Amino acid sequence: MSVGDFIRNSQVWKSIFRHPAPRDRRNRVVVMLTNVFLHLHPVSVRKSGIALSYTWCMGGLTFFLFLVETVTGVLLMFYYRPTLEHAYNDILALRDVATLGILRELHRWGAHAMVITIWLHMYRVFLTGSYKPPREFNWGVGVILLVLTLLLSFTGYLLPWDQLAIWAITVGSNMGRATPFLGYEGPGAKLLRVGDVDLIHSGSDARFILLGGRFVSGDTLLRFYVLHCVAIPLAAALLIAVHFWRVRKDGGISGAL
Amino acid sequence: MAETTNVTEAPAPPAAKTAPAKPAAPAKATAKGGKDRRGFLYVMFCTWFGIAWTAFTATMIGMTLGTIRFLYPNVLSEPPSKFKVGPPDQYEPEKVVERFKPQGAWIVRHKDDDLGGDIIYALSTTCTHLGCTPNWWDKEQKFKCPCHGSGFKITGVNFEGPAPRPLERWAIGIADDGQIIVDKSKKFQKELGQWSDPESFIKA
Repeated sequence: MSVGDFIRNSQVWKSIFRHPAPRDRRNRVVVMLTNVFLHLHPVSVRKSGIALSYTWCMGGLTFFLFLVETVTGVLLMFYYRPTLEHAYNDILALRDVATLGILRELHRWGAHAMVITIWLHMYRVFLTGSYKPPREFNWGVGVILLVLTLLLSFTGYLLPWDQLAIWAITVGSNMGRATPFLGYEGPGAKLLRVGDVDLIHSGSDARFILLGGRFVSGDTLLRFYVLHCVAIPLAAALLIAVHFWRVRKDGGISGAL
Repeated sequence: MAETTNVTEAPAPPAAKTAPAKPAAPAKATAKGGKDRRGFLYVMFCTWFGIAWTAFTATMIGMTLGTIRFLYPNVLSEPPSKFKVGPPDQYEPEKVVERFKPQGAWIVRHKDDDLGGDIIYALSTTCTHLGCTPNWWDKEQKFKCPCHGSGFKITGVNFEGPAPRPLERWAIGIADDGQIIVDKSKKFQKELGQWSDPESFIKA
């Protein structure tokens, strides 16, 4: 009996892998369906699904970059502290002191690349008409994912706490305060008042709850950190699951329209 | 610079609905299961099924509203809005004092053409375009914003670049000890005609 056979017949192995490696079609299906990671994928894929000139593979690349960002992001979290005192210096330390501190740049480049691939994916879906019924809802889900990706970029931009970061978020949130009804300087804000008291003012509009204050401060840094690392990725993961499920149920990637 | 904690009350959204009433004696036989308002209300409040789901929905709505209220901070660690800037005779004519720029104000003494004499006012350091902090160029006698090039005269009036309106003035007055006191909780905008308000300047 070879070593391989010995291992494959051991109780440890058999308790982890219940079925032998795929050897025929029925066995292949069984292996896929009884594995929690593999069963998320379709059992078989259409040949045109891997034709690069047809799909551009931008959606797949975007998801791959999402995973890259998650992994590099989690690793960066070991060395970054989202406080006024430490944020800027921790980023510098990642660059100069940490081994493979280039992870910070990988995270940044990955973010830029993900925004590019998501736009290209959107463009490809439009060109191939893959938004037409019955796929309209999935297009909508994709648009929300686009917004979430841009929000991830927006919240992540503040975290280095340098001049670029603070002013970009200041200007961005200042534009937000002119939003109708949601911002205290926007049209409609003055309509909601009880007598003399404005219900929507600089201490109660959407900008206030986003920044955690009236201007960009340490509270903002913490809020954006939580949004960037936990809240938005969770929402994105949920919608990605819906997005992929919809593609599968509508006939798989590059299925007939 | 010392930072104090201000307790700022933010307005609270309406509180959650309270739990519904306990089941009363059943209404007439026709009410149970009837497809009218009475039948619906009976199911909702007089059956365990309805009470359970109503309570659950009320709790979920309450939790959502509570979560939103939770996200509004009650305490802000912002510096106090009022601060003293020294006695008025310390301020030289036609000069912009930059000592209080970190606290968000330029103190300017300038001859006002309408009022006929020198006045002292506190200009906000926030550019009216998109919120960056301009710089005072003494040689050119203008405020220049580094972000997009907005230019303001010594009076604070915009004259070049994308700024749509003049710099804002903070409320300014004389405290009990004779020092000038600037109050950043009140602002005065020229384009709204508010610069004629006596709280927006001090006669030198």
